[in-house]
Amino acid sequence: MPDWNMLTLVGADRPGIVSRVTRALYTCGCNLGEASMIRLGGNFTIMLMVSGERPREELMAAMRPVAEELGLRIHLDPVPGGLHRHLLPNLQVRVFGADRAGIVADVTEILAEHGFNILELESDVAGDAQHPVYIMNIQGYCERTIEEVQTALSALSTQGVSVDVAPVDILIG
Amino acid sequence: MAILDILKLPDPRLKQVSEPVECFDEDLRGFVADLEETRLAGPAAVGIAAPQVGRFQRIVIVDVSGRPKTPNHGYLILVNPEIVHWEGYAIGREGCLSVPDYTGNVIRATGIRLKAQDLDGRETEYVMEGYEARAVQHEMDHLDGLLFVDRVVSRRTDLYRRKVYQT
Repeated sequence: MPDWNMLTLVGADRPGIVSRVTRALYTCGCNLGEASMIRLGGNFTIMLMVSGERPREELMAAMRPVAEELGLRIHLDPVPGGLHRHLLPNLQVRVFGADRAGIVADVTEILAEHGFNILELESDVAGDAQHPVYIMNIQGYCERTIEEVQTALSALSTQGVSVDVAPVDILIG
Repeated sequence: MAILDILKLPDPRLKQVSEPVECFDEDLRGFVADLEETRLAGPAAVGIAAPQVGRFQRIVIVDVSGRPKTPNHGYLILVNPEIVHWEGYAIGREGCLSVPDYTGNVIRATGIRLKAQDLDGRETEYVMEGYEARAVQHEMDHLDGLLFVDRVVSRRTDLYRRKVYQT
């Protein structure tokens, strides 16, 4: 089992970041595992599982010039575990409503009280500056029934937040 | 009966287009029995297609009857299946016996009308919806050398493209 590091890079988006970063890692003798790259508010963010023979210090030394050239902030953190450790979601929670501070905390606190393990969370603010609308999609694993989770979240509907709980059916064929 | 080996990525044979079945004989029945035994022997798969075990004929098995509340036609052997009508579309998460340890989001039609033959060559038409329709579409893709990884989409952007079933 290789030792893994989590490489995190954040910076202003521009074409070519992924190719420069991954080429530098390959040149360093690294293998890539799972990766997540997304653009958030005009910023490019990337998290990469990286394994390889080189010591962390050497890897950081190799990545620093690339990060500087591209204007990226860089973290390299050792992480336990390897590939093929996916937890599969069984419930999806969709939330939308007039944007206000605390929506995420309100929803996720209730989920946490019911043992809901959040595996994926995406959110965005739609609408316009005068009437922002918060939209959030959560997938996770929970042993409670849909009805229990839905009932627990229903209190939020009185606060103008629409919450819908649905099963995530994973079809294997 | 026998449990057959399942072809797994990156086996190039999974890209092969399968041929129609023309001979409805004992050999076909024996093969389908083996195919079903293979489906039941692995992870909880709701379907399996002949090319997944290296037989490149247009045969799939689908059975979603084990799921409570799911509208379904029970255990189905579909020979030379053909979808003649699609409607609606939705994203759902799929995995595959031929692609271990990965699941991804795929857009499928939510309702289909399907023609298929049985093991005696008799043709039947089915109207399917939801999970069963998705399972049939997933299995039928194998007959054309397609895996769900060929259709994986981003939930964030792809629901609006409806590119999958445009003709």
